[in-house]
Amino acid sequence: MPAIQVTNISKSYGKVKALTDVSLSVEEGEMFGLIGPDGAGKSTLIRIITTLLVPDSGNVTVFGLDTVSQYKLIRGEIGYMPAVFSLYSDLTVEENLNFFAGVFGTTVKENYELVKGVYHMLEPFRNRPAGKLSGGMKQKLALSCALIHRPRVLILDEPTTGVDAVSRKELWDLLHSIKKQGITVFVSTAYMDEAKQCDRVALIQKGRILGTNTPEGFAEMFPYKLFSIQANNAWSSLDAIRHLSTCETAYMFGDSIHFATNYNEESPESLHDRLMSVGVEANVAQIQASIEDYFIYQLSEKNLVK
Amino acid sequence: MTNAIEVENLVKRFGSFIAVNHLTFSVGKGEIFGLLGANGAGKTTTIRMLCGLLSPTSGKISVAGYDAYTQPEQIRASIGYMSQKFSLYSDLTVWENIRFFGGIYGLWGKELRIRALELVEEFKMHDFKDTKVESLPVGWRQRISLAVSLVHKPPIIFLDEPTSGVDPVGRRMFWETIHQISSMGTTVLVTTHYMDEAEYCHTVLVMVDGRIEAQGAPAQLKSTHGVESMNDLFLLLSRNGKLNIE
Repeated sequence: MPAIQVTNISKSYGKVKALTDVSLSVEEGEMFGLIGPDGAGKSTLIRIITTLLVPDSGNVTVFGLDTVSQYKLIRGEIGYMPAVFSLYSDLTVEENLNFFAGVFGTTVKENYELVKGVYHMLEPFRNRPAGKLSGGMKQKLALSCALIHRPRVLILDEPTTGVDAVSRKELWDLLHSIKKQGITVFVSTAYMDEAKQCDRVALIQKGRILGTNTPEGFAEMFPYKLFSIQANNAWSSLDAIRHLSTCETAYMFGDSIHFATNYNEESPESLHDRLMSVGVEANVAQIQASIEDYFIYQLSEKNLVK
Repeated sequence: MTNAIEVENLVKRFGSFIAVNHLTFSVGKGEIFGLLGANGAGKTTTIRMLCGLLSPTSGKISVAGYDAYTQPEQIRASIGYMSQKFSLYSDLTVWENIRFFGGIYGLWGKELRIRALELVEEFKMHDFKDTKVESLPVGWRQRISLAVSLVHKPPIIFLDEPTSGVDPVGRRMFWETIHQISSMGTTVLVTTHYMDEAEYCHTVLVMVDGRIEAQGAPAQLKSTHGVESMNDLFLLLSRNGKLNIE
């Protein structure tokens, strides 16, 4: 039995279609990432899974329990960390944790082992009102509160948005240790580079799932030959490069350009010469696609870029 | 005027807390300058002082040739500002937003009309100039915010996490636009949490605990510190600072 089974979900807000025929399945014990930009429908899907929103059609089960008819039973099985801070700002760190333990009929003592990894960083501030914590500390408290009843699945809505690279790494380390304790983790993010932290990933754009796979699986689904081009004047050369007869797409990736072509004969040498012919001197190498390359391909292919 | 921004020994204290600790840097005309740092490193405080919204404790700031202590009004008229928080009126059309913000900066009549048309042309907004902003995708809204922040032709723009939450294609389109306006001479100071975007800047400055930890061209910084990516560099430098906080 999958931890989460989403089957043909659609949801509209008035005229706006937030989700269209979304299906996915999350296995017990895996780290599952839902990746897509703002407005793609990530939060809507998470609210439906966490029983806070009812879909227009389709159904969702969590450990076999239906999110509409058996929502009360599900709520004891999931830990949910919403995108916005939603603890009690005027209660202290310790009071918040006790409160959430109490609501779920347990005690902090009983499950302390589980939250220790996160909570020990907060102990020095345990008498401070939650509203007075820094952003990173608030998040650690929210994570502790979402875990304190020992849920079978932890669901996090964009925990790394607006968070710096150091805190992002810390959070992912924590999620991996939570997973090791046997808890299924479902996490949404707008950062493509976080895909590699997940066992499997679903890509979402404009309310539709573009595919579900392992990060490596997505890279293998990339249909074109891919080259990296390193040139001194990369930005000003982009236009000329896109006009090359063999170019499907060309986009900046860090300090190089990723050049996709469906011309099978293209080699680093032939591309290098082609670039020289339009006055671009560059180092060219054939490379393996990443999940971000695949996402860009899907966005372009399905004409989801406007 | 040689540099767009000159900062010398800039300090900001809040009580006993030193948020910005003796910053010295300069940004050349047309340069894309990335200000990087962990949350709480002092980026926002620095930007607020540069925009003339917060007075420094000590040190010198000159922006577009104006002094931050004595000429904050002139500075504000010389800069454009765009933040991660979407700041256009969603129930107005693209065209109405441009005209509204142009009006705020004192443009009117024929001059405003000509400038608005220029921006529509430059940012290729013809197809949806009469569309309400709320019905456009996030990536496009951010580009329109950028266009609007340029309505008074400021020589310098400040972009505070401009691509947060934007899809991978939208982010790249946005950065291509930034390089385009930079090549036409506009100076860009930008903050971002996407370290691959740090590679897109001409120069970056990494702040840790209010201090400058590193400064230079991305390629040069990577080779000096022997790391492969800006993300690795950021983790390396910021972790050194983080130990002092926690």
